[in-house]
Amino acid sequence: MDYVIKKQGESRSFPEGEGFLEGASSEGDIVLHLGTQFEPDAGKTAVLVELEMECLGVHTGEHAGIEGSNALGFARYRNGDDAPSNLIELVRQPATDDSAIAAARAIFEAAGFEVAVSADQVGRIIDRLVRPKYNAALTFLDEGLATADDMDMTCRLGLGYADGPIERLEQGGLAHHFDVTKALFEVYGTPAYAPGRRATVAKQRRSAE
Amino acid sequence: MSTNIQKVGVCGAGGTMGAGIAIVASRAGFETACFDTSMEVLDRARSQTEGFFGKSVDRGKMATTDRDAALARLSASTDMGALADCDLVIEAVFEDLGVKRELLGALDGICKPEALFASNTSTLSITEIAAGCDRQDRVVGMHFCLPAQLMKLIEMSPGVNTSDEAFADAWAWTEAAGQQPVATQDKPGFILNALLVPFNNDAIRAVEAGVASPTDIDKAIKVGLNYKMGPLELLDLVGLDTQMLLCEAFYPVTLDPRASAPPLLRRMVAAGHLGRKTGRGFYTYDDNAMFGG
Ligand SMILES: NC(=O)c1ccc[n+]([C@@H]2O[C@H](COP(=O)([O-])OP(=O)(O)OC[C@H]3O[C@@H](n4cnc5c(N)ncnc54)[C@H](O)[C@@H]3O)[C@@H](O)[C@H]2O)c1
Repeated sequence: MDYVIKKQGESRSFPEGEGFLEGASSEGDIVLHLGTQFEPDAGKTAVLVELEMECLGVHTGEHAGIEGSNALGFARYRNGDDAPSNLIELVRQPATDDSAIAAARAIFEAAGFEVAVSADQVGRIIDRLVRPKYNAALTFLDEGLATADDMDMTCRLGLGYADGPIERLEQGGLAHHFDVTKALFEVYGTPAYAPGRRATVAKQRRSAE
Repeated sequence: MSTNIQKVGVCGAGGTMGAGIAIVASRAGFETACFDTSMEVLDRARSQTEGFFGKSVDRGKMATTDRDAALARLSASTDMGALADCDLVIEAVFEDLGVKRELLGALDGICKPEALFASNTSTLSITEIAAGCDRQDRVVGMHFCLPAQLMKLIEMSPGVNTSDEAFADAWAWTEAAGQQPVATQDKPGFILNALLVPFNNDAIRAVEAGVASPTDIDKAIKVGLNYKMGPLELLDLVGLDTQMLLCEAFYPVTLDPRASAPPLLRRMVAAGHLGRKTGRGFYTYDDNAMFGG
């Protein structure tokens, strides 16, 4: 299926040189907005907007829990400054067309990505689930439960993870963790999402630079 | 790694963890006295251990002579007196404070005064368990991972009254046994379960909140974060009833809302959807094949 890319600036999902960018056509039934203003187009099978922390509803508007059209949001999961993963989180609304979801899934899967469909919630699937755990690890570190190395080793050896929470946070950037958790905290309001002390410090230092 | 410990006792050695811990000890060259309440469970564990060592030989991980020596180092008894000359006794009996305290109290009267006691508890306080005996300075937390015979990690925690020397001796033994100790504190869930149990609860809450299907959540976590298993398939494997028990142990102590049992978990346990063992949890299982949830 042919897809058209409308792009402005650098995309977090598809940095310059990505094959997916090169696979785009000049015309097609699917339109992707990478940094460009969302324009509804009922004549297309699907119109996709690349999201950062915001909801798709910011672009489409919402109405009493029955919103939905051929518009979809998406983001390729990326831990801060780390290289992007192979996962595309595809964001739907309650009444999104099944055909739009199927078409979006098809172009991403054809390009070799894996797709997980998420409701239109801040943090989608991964950040919603993993950020409170990273916050807990930062708290444990401050409280002396274990050293960073021991916490990371526990996750690698005990849970089979590729890396532990502290090394992952350092790699992706603690200031990035601050930005993500702040956005989550604003919406969910639960202490688990409140940016951890170490992330706040990192953000303050970044801002002072 | 040097240790003065020569003989190790394992209480609850007929159980899942105890049998694995006995394998770790005997494989590493320690005389290992297995103790449980019935000979039947000890005999079953013995034959499972023979099978395990047999596979290690078949896979070229162990020489036949080493297998024979490891098996010869293992003894089994329902008489606690068999633990009298142990330098270290590791308990892996039922996860019940009363049972563990009573056991340590009885061991205290039988074992030599300098012997160390270690508890493999997952949810109880080491300090509270140690309070059941008169050698609280010589009791440590030694939390192995399942399956103990394969997993290297041990979370080591001192109780309030544990001496530095006892902790260091127990630590040295875990290294001598070829394990990888990490130091933590006597707090609910130590490191591993303190991170994992609330994370798994959050995944259950995401299902309940309609964020995504179990399949999509597991896929996102595996592909996006490189985890071997997604949280919901892991919960099905561990058992939803076990997750409930973990929540019920941790939440009243920490009052961390993430550690409280999510309403969906309670409903699934009440409905008998316990995961793989009942054929249905977040996924349904038929002849061990997994179908989307
Ligand atoms: N199963 C796990 O994943 C896991 C992981 C780490 C730690 N643990 C901890 O290990 C311990 C044992 O768990 P398990 O899953 O192996 O349980 P289990 O039920 O398989 O084994 C317990 C064994 O203890 C024996 N026992 C009970 N009371 C006894 C007593 N007074 N004296 C001697 N033997 C007694 C039982 O007969 C049984 O064989 C618990 O403290 C648990 O929290 C379990």
